[in-house]
Amino acid sequence: MLLSQDTVDKFFKYSRELILALIVVFAFTTIILLLAGAPPLAAYYHIFKGSLGSLGKLSHVIKAWIPLTLCSCGLLYSFRIGLWNIGVEGQVMMGAVFTTFVLRLGMGGHVPVLYLVVSFIAGIAGGALWALIAGYLKTKGGIHEIFAGLGLNFVAQAIILWLIFGPWKRAGIASMSGTEMFPRDLWMPSVFAIRLSVIGLTLTVVAIVITALMLRYTKVGLYLKAIGSNVQAAHMFDLNPQRYMLLAMIFAGGFAGLAGSIQVTGIYHRLIPAISSNYGYLALLVVMVANYNVWVSPAVAFFFACLNVGSIQLPMVLHLDSSLSGVIQGALVLAALAMHAWRLRSTRREEHVSSYE
Amino acid sequence: MWLEVKDIHKYYGSKKANNGITVTIKPGTIHGLLGENGAGKSTLMKIISGYIRKTSGTILINGSVEDYETPADAARLGIGMLYQEPLDYPPLSVLENFMVGQTSGIKDNKNVFRETFVSLVDRFNFTLHPDDTVRKLTIGERQQLEVLRLLSLGIDVLILDEPTTGITSEQKESLFQALRQLVSDGKSVILVSHKLQDAEALCDTVTVLRDGVVTGSREHPYDANVLLGMMFGIPPVPPSRSAVEYGTTVLSMKHVSGSGGRTGLSDCTVDIREGEMVGLAGLEGSGQGVFLRLACGIAQPSTGIIDLFEREVQGQDHHAFKEAGVVFLPASRLEEGLMPGLNITEHFALLDREKGFLVRWQEAVQAAQSKIKKFRVMGVPESTVESLSGGNQQRLLLSLLSKESTLLLLEQPTRGLDMESSHWIWQHLHKYCLRRTCVVFSSTDLEEIFMVADRILVFFDGRIVKDVRKEETDISELTRAIAGKV
Repeated sequence: MLLSQDTVDKFFKYSRELILALIVVFAFTTIILLLAGAPPLAAYYHIFKGSLGSLGKLSHVIKAWIPLTLCSCGLLYSFRIGLWNIGVEGQVMMGAVFTTFVLRLGMGGHVPVLYLVVSFIAGIAGGALWALIAGYLKTKGGIHEIFAGLGLNFVAQAIILWLIFGPWKRAGIASMSGTEMFPRDLWMPSVFAIRLSVIGLTLTVVAIVITALMLRYTKVGLYLKAIGSNVQAAHMFDLNPQRYMLLAMIFAGGFAGLAGSIQVTGIYHRLIPAISSNYGYLALLVVMVANYNVWVSPAVAFFFACLNVGSIQLPMVLHLDSSLSGVIQGALVLAALAMHAWRLRSTRREEHVSSYE
Repeated sequence: MWLEVKDIHKYYGSKKANNGITVTIKPGTIHGLLGENGAGKSTLMKIISGYIRKTSGTILINGSVEDYETPADAARLGIGMLYQEPLDYPPLSVLENFMVGQTSGIKDNKNVFRETFVSLVDRFNFTLHPDDTVRKLTIGERQQLEVLRLLSLGIDVLILDEPTTGITSEQKESLFQALRQLVSDGKSVILVSHKLQDAEALCDTVTVLRDGVVTGSREHPYDANVLLGMMFGIPPVPPSRSAVEYGTTVLSMKHVSGSGGRTGLSDCTVDIREGEMVGLAGLEGSGQGVFLRLACGIAQPSTGIIDLFEREVQGQDHHAFKEAGVVFLPASRLEEGLMPGLNITEHFALLDREKGFLVRWQEAVQAAQSKIKKFRVMGVPESTVESLSGGNQQRLLLSLLSKESTLLLLEQPTRGLDMESSHWIWQHLHKYCLRRTCVVFSSTDLEEIFMVADRILVFFDGRIVKDVRKEETDISELTRAIAGKV
């Protein structure tokens, strides 16, 4: 795979746009900070220190990075075929539900490791299944995946709440803090002081590599790209768009479900209402900002995770609202979309000259 | 209003769609504009109506030069165009559509408009009710609405682009009456059409375009032969080809009808045999596209029986047709045939049907290189298909065809290609015929069809009006058939 001049050009073009976008974003956020009466440089410093300042903080960042990146990997499949899998949030939730179900079966049992492994498989299956529902609604019912996904997100949330307050409630008190905590043998093993799960990290790295390989080297990856480019031409190459749409949803849901499993087994050790923590929705933004690139997405996810974790410092240290991190994230996405639109418009202007009526 | 266009040129890159056109439209006349597809009629009308900008030339309205940029500006100057597909708003009511663009502020004066509307409807004897939803109207009624709307905007010159396609004969009569009434009120009408009989029945003057220039102008009454001569020119002598033996019937259609395009396809009965090269003649949108899509299973017929090798296949999806070796190449290459964003190598990789999980990139690159060379595509394996010119996209599409097809259905295969490329492609396709594949292609170039095909089917208004071997006919007979005069 030689680096052609075309690739080098594209790389520089993309970097230039990325830097431009970052400048725009930081300019925008700095203005907001000044309006809020806060010192911008101090704010950025504290975000930085609050996320990367110590090993403990870094482990928090990685704990946020893991589910975010897993969801992003899954979304790369659905975006590739042109689907807007907004339902990723619900897929994380259902993955968590299925995982919790299996773990509850294993409570007080003798082979916790077995149950942990099976619960992960169940989580993947749960997410994939939930995604398949939206997929079938699209292929058989013609319902746009945004509506199906959004609707199913609400249903998943409702299911979780019902489980937490109903069949799976804690003895005596049904509470928003979730189900009963699992016994330690059903926790994901972690490295002592930093409470970071090596397994979660490994699974995520494996997910990235698998996704990169699949999209680049397998027929499935090529077919997803082809159908995503032009559904109508699919018949020319004997491709069945519906089949591959469902496959893409299975992948997306599967990865999201795995994220849900890790949330349950590695972070909260129980099922809580906010088990998905908006990582699904955030992953959509991550993938879009990363321009649907499998290697850039984890980097962008890391950036967002740092932002999330670091800005927790702001209320304490600078008496700023922690929602500032949300502002920065939102601004970044807006800037990225604006750059994308500007990029599209400039290529379209080039094409217009040579168009034929 | 006097409308003069002087020396209008319109270039698309090197292609001259309008090459120095001068026409005068007198007030109070119906002026017809005739010509085959690609002659430049639509381009000229779009320039006059403000839809596109001319490259050079002048437009004079009542003697003074006017330079306008948008259809809205043109409407303010009194020029309005009725498109083949009326540009209306289906969810809104007839009255609301009538009012579009004429209301401002908060109060909408619906009642005033209602009175105006009703009086116009009476005057022209149309059958429109102000509160009906436009979605439920027929094309003819939507046309009537659009005519009234343009009138109420104060149009003096009304341009109609192929208005009689897809409307009933009563509606046609209604429209013609309305046009005559408009003209007697002092307005002018420009009628763009390929239907000779409409032009003969209605127009006071007719201007004929061919290849971007005016080939002649005549006043009523007309000699059809003269007009046809101006439209189509003199045919060249066809070269000889080696003889092909025809075999068994591959495709058989019995009383097949289907919808699609402007005219759909009505009551089509035809048999195509192995080795035949069949040309589908006729003006674009007369049913050839529907025929091709029905024959490959992309579209389903509403009635009739389609047989492939004597097995009924109508109603089955295109996979069944594909298994029998039917291949279809659409005219809109990027929209229906190729995948923008993917490069040539990836397209060849898509063709690989070997068992396996992984893409065989090496083989794909090699296949791409060899086909690029063989079909002389100007590009490299890494070129994205949208970066190729139209002609090269066509070559690429042809290179993606497999050798073992039984029936090739090609929609305008040489569209946008230069002579040399076209010749090469016809030779390439002839080899398919020698291998007992039948080739059915549509084209808007009658000379090309006559040169290449063994058998010619002429389509007019959704029907096959002529089915004849090349030896038994000549170009003038075919041109008459294309214009509807069988």
